[in-house]
Amino acid sequence: MADTPSVLVIGGGSTGCGIARDLAMRGLDVTLVEKGNLTHGTTGRMHGLLHSGGRYAVSDQASARECIQETRVLEEIASHCVEETGGLFVKRPEDTEEYFERKLRGCDECDIPTEVLSGREARQREPYLAKDIDKAITVPDGAIDPFRLCVANAVSAENHGARIETHAEVTDLLVEAGEVVGVEVRHQSGKGTRSHGAAGTIEEIEADYVVNATGAWAGQIGEMAGVDIEVRPSKGVMTVMNVRQVDTVINRCKPKGNADIIVPHETTAILGTTDAEVDDPEDYPEEQWEVDLMIDELSKLVPKLQSARTIRSYWGVRPLYEPPGSGTTDSEDITRDFFLLDHAERDGLPGMTSIVGGKFTTYRMMAEDISDHVCAKLGVSATCRTADVALPGSKNYRVLEDAMDDYGLTSPIAKRSTQRLGSRAEEVLSITDPNPVVCGCEGVTRAELQDAIGQAGTDLNAVRIRTRASMGNCQGGFCTHAMAQELHPEYDAAQSYAALDELYQERWKGQRHALWGEQLSQAMLTYALHATTMNRDSDPVDREEAIDFSAFDDGGDAATGTDTRTTAADGGAHGD
Amino acid sequence: MAIEQDVLVVGGGLAGITAAISAAESGAHVRLVSYKQPTLRHASGLIDVLGYTPDGEGPIVDPFDAVEDLPEGHPYERVGPAAIEAGLDLFDDIAGDTYEGNHTDRNALVPTHGGAVKPTARYPDSTAAGLASDGRDALLVGFERLVGFDAPLAAKHLAAAGAPFDARGVTVEFPVELSADPKVTRFAHLLDQDKPIGGGTRGVRRALAELVNGRLDGEARVGFPAVLGDDHPREVRTDLAEHIGADVFEVPMGPPSLPGIRLEDRLYEALDEAGVSIETGNPVVGFEADGDRVESVVVDRTGNDVPYAAEEYVLATGGLVGKGIDSDREGVEEPVFDCHVAQPSDRYDWFEDEAFGDHRFARFGVDPDRELRPMDAGGTPEFSNLRAAGSVLGNYDFAAEKSGSGVSLATGFHAGRLAGEGAT
Repeated sequence: MADTPSVLVIGGGSTGCGIARDLAMRGLDVTLVEKGNLTHGTTGRMHGLLHSGGRYAVSDQASARECIQETRVLEEIASHCVEETGGLFVKRPEDTEEYFERKLRGCDECDIPTEVLSGREARQREPYLAKDIDKAITVPDGAIDPFRLCVANAVSAENHGARIETHAEVTDLLVEAGEVVGVEVRHQSGKGTRSHGAAGTIEEIEADYVVNATGAWAGQIGEMAGVDIEVRPSKGVMTVMNVRQVDTVINRCKPKGNADIIVPHETTAILGTTDAEVDDPEDYPEEQWEVDLMIDELSKLVPKLQSARTIRSYWGVRPLYEPPGSGTTDSEDITRDFFLLDHAERDGLPGMTSIVGGKFTTYRMMAEDISDHVCAKLGVSATCRTADVALPGSKNYRVLEDAMDDYGLTSPIAKRSTQRLGSRAEEVLSITDPNPVVCGCEGVTRAELQDAIGQAGTDLNAVRIRTRASMGNCQGGFCTHAMAQELHPEYDAAQSYAALDELYQERWKGQRHALWGEQLSQAMLTYALHATTMNRDSDPVDREEAIDFSAFDDGGDAATGTDTRTTAADGGAHGD
Repeated sequence: MAIEQDVLVVGGGLAGITAAISAAESGAHVRLVSYKQPTLRHASGLIDVLGYTPDGEGPIVDPFDAVEDLPEGHPYERVGPAAIEAGLDLFDDIAGDTYEGNHTDRNALVPTHGGAVKPTARYPDSTAAGLASDGRDALLVGFERLVGFDAPLAAKHLAAAGAPFDARGVTVEFPVELSADPKVTRFAHLLDQDKPIGGGTRGVRRALAELVNGRLDGEARVGFPAVLGDDHPREVRTDLAEHIGADVFEVPMGPPSLPGIRLEDRLYEALDEAGVSIETGNPVVGFEADGDRVESVVVDRTGNDVPYAAEEYVLATGGLVGKGIDSDREGVEEPVFDCHVAQPSDRYDWFEDEAFGDHRFARFGVDPDRELRPMDAGGTPEFSNLRAAGSVLGNYDFAAEKSGSGVSLATGFHAGRLAGEGAT
C-alpha cells in the first residue's frame, strides 16, 4: 500500500465534488472521474433553490433541520454562489388554514426562523403576487448557483492535490479477488481538459477505495460489479423565465404538489417542478404538458407569468432511493434522505461504497458522512474541515465586493463579473490585454471566458456553466460563435467549430420547450444569424462535395462593362 | 375622416419599401406605415436570391436555373422568374453603384464573419474585393475589442473550404484608445471622422493603414470587419486602400450591421425620391372591411385610433423576427388582418430536434395566390384588395435557402405593381 491512501470518486456532481474536496483536504490522494462535464447529471439540472428546510418542515423534519443547518454553512463558505433572497410560503384562498399553521409550527420546531405576513405585506415585498394571496410565511430560503458551487469544490479539491477528470466515463469496475480495486475509464479526448478531436484513450485507475457518487446512475455502476442498487430516478421540469418576476423564492403553502415554486436565479426566474418516476435517467420524455402546467399553475401565485416570456425548459432527474421493501408508490413520498451503501456489508463486495438519495442543499453534509466512512475504512483519522474553510472565490468576498476596482469594465459588467468570480475576480480580471464583453446578455468578458477555457478546454458547455455565457435572453444567438472564437489559436480551427456546433445544439435543446411568442421570435433571429448571415447550416467545410469556386461570380470586370447576364440589367423591365 | 391614399403599405422593411416604390412607379399615391425599426440592420446587407434548394442542394451557381424546380406555393413559384428579375432590377436602380453583382446571373461567394462563405446575388461594393472566387491572396484584419470576427480563425476556415487563394489573418488593436467594450458603430464613426490622433496630423485611417502595412506580406487585398464607415464608407475604404496599397473589403458582420444600416438609409432616400409618404413609429391596430374588401386600417397615433383608407393594401410586416407573424402557446397568427396561417396544431411539431433541422416554424406565414393575396384555409383570397410581400409569406425557409432578400424584392415588386395598377 502506498504512503497516502488513494480514493477514486465516480461522479462529478455536487456530492462527488464535495467528497473529493473533503477527502483531499484530509490529505488523501483523490481522483474524481465524471463522464460528462462537472454537474452533467442532476446537479446541473436543479432549480437553484437553497433550502431553508421550510419545504420539509411538515413532512420530513430531520431533512428540514439538516437544510437550515447547511444553508447557514453555505452562506459562509460559498458566499459567491449564494444569493440570500429569502423565501415566502404563500397561501391562496383554497389552501387550508390548517396546513398553514402546521407549516408555521413545523418551521418553529426545526429552528427555521419565520414571520407571518398579511397578503398586503407580502405584495409590498413582491408586487407581482396575486391579489388573492391571503397571507404568507417568510423563511430564509435562498438561491444558489449549482454550477459555480460544484466547480468551486472541484477547484478546491485540485488545490489540495486531487486529480479531476471530466469526460472520463467509467467503463468497468476492476475487481480482484472479490474486492473493488479501481476502475477502467474511457477518456473522450485523452487525459486532462477536453480537447475536441483528440483521440480517446482508455485508462485503468487503481485505488484503495472507490466511492460511487453517481446518483441516479448509481445502479449502472453497481451492475458492473454485479450488485443491485435500486435507485428510483424521478424527473422534474424547470421552466426558465427571461427576467425575475420575483426577487424572493415563492413557495405555495400546501402539501405536496406539482408546480409550486418560483426561484429567482441570476437574471432569470425558474419555475418548478414535476415529480414522476422514470426508467432511465438519460432517456425519458420531456413533455409539453409539464411546461404548460408550470405556467398555468404558478400563474395562480404570480399572474404575470401567464403571458411572460420563457427562454427554455430543462428536466432533472432526482436520485431517489429507498431501502428495499419500503414499497412507496408515489415518488413524491419517497424520502429525500440519503443512504450510504457499503457494498462490503451489503453485498459482500469490499472496496466500494455508494451514496444515493439526498438533496443538493445538504451535499456537504453527505460528503462529510461518506468521507468519515471512507477514512474509517482506510484507517485515516483526519477530520472534516469543509464547513469551516471557505471555497475558492468565497473568501472575504463581501469585503472584496465593496473594494472592487472596475478593471476598466463598465460598472454593471464589473458587478456581474465579481458576483460570479467572488474573490477570484482580481486574479482573473486584472489583465492588461483588451477585455471586451463577449456575452452581452450576461455580461461575460473575454478574461472570464479565457479563465474558464483554462479549466475546461474546448468544452464550451463547461465554459458556459462556469461563466453563464450564452445563458441569457438570446440563448447564445449573439455569442456562441464569439465564444468558440475564444478557443482559437490555443486550439485549432476544426476544434473551435466542433465546439461551437456542440454548444449551439445544447442551447437549442432547452429552447425547444419555449418556442412561442417572444422566444420563438428570438429563435428565428438566432437561426437567421447563424444560417443566413454565417451560413453555418451549410458551411462548405462540413460538406463532402468540394465547391467549384471558379463557377461563381469572381467580381468580373465591372469596370469594362462586361455583361454576362442573360437578360437586360438596365432596369427596363419594371415600372413602365 | 380617414386619411386617404391609393395604396397603403404596412411595414417598412425591404419588402414594404420595394412594394411602395413599385406601386408609386405605376402612378399611385402611396403611403407606407411602419411601427418598429425594420430588421434590415440585423441583416448582413447581402442580397441573397437563392443559395440552396429547399432540399439543401447547393451552393447554387445560378439561382434562375433552380427557381423552376421550386415546390408549389413557394413565393418564387407564385410570382415567377420575371418578377424576380424585375425585383432585382428595381433594387439595382435604387442601389446604384453602392452594390455589385448585377453583371452576372451567377451567385457570388462572400466570406462572412463566422468564416464560412455564403452564396449571394448582390453584394455591397464594400465587399466586392473580398469574393472567394477571386484568386488573389487576402489578409484578414480583426480588432482586439471587436468580438464576433476572429480574423486568423476565419482565414483558416476559408482555406479549409478550399478557397482558391491564400488567406491569412491578424488581430490588431484599433489605433485609437477605446473603452473596453466599444460599440460597432464607434469604430465606424472614428473612421468617418478621421480625426488626427496622438496630437499629430496623422488621421485614424492612415494610422490603421500603417498598422496593417506592418503585417502585410504581399497580399493584394485586405479584409476588415464591416465597420469601415457609416456616413462615408467609400472614402474610408479608398483612403485605407491608398495608404495600404492593396484593395480593401469588408467582411459582413452580425447585428448591428453597418452594411444593413447603410442599405436602410439608401432605401429610405429612394422612398422619398419616389414620392412615397412615410410614417414610422405607429402600429396598425385594426382594420375595417366591407365584404371581401378592406375599407381602412386603424393606426394608433399616440393613443388615438386613426383610420387610413386606400384602394389597395400591401402587408409587409415581416416574419417571426419582425412580428408580422406572432404566436402564443396555443397557435400562430398574422396579427394585423388575422389572415390564415397554416400550422401544426401541436406546438411540439413546430420545430425539429436538430438545431439546423428542417424547422416548420421557419416556414410559417400567410399562403398567397399568384397575385399574392393571402388565402384562407379553403384557398380563397381573404380580401380582394390585400396583398402580402416578404417574410410575412410562408412556405419558404429564407435562412436555409439564403433567399430572404430576393423573396422580399420579387414579392414586393409584384405586390406593389399589382396594387398600384389596381388602385389607379
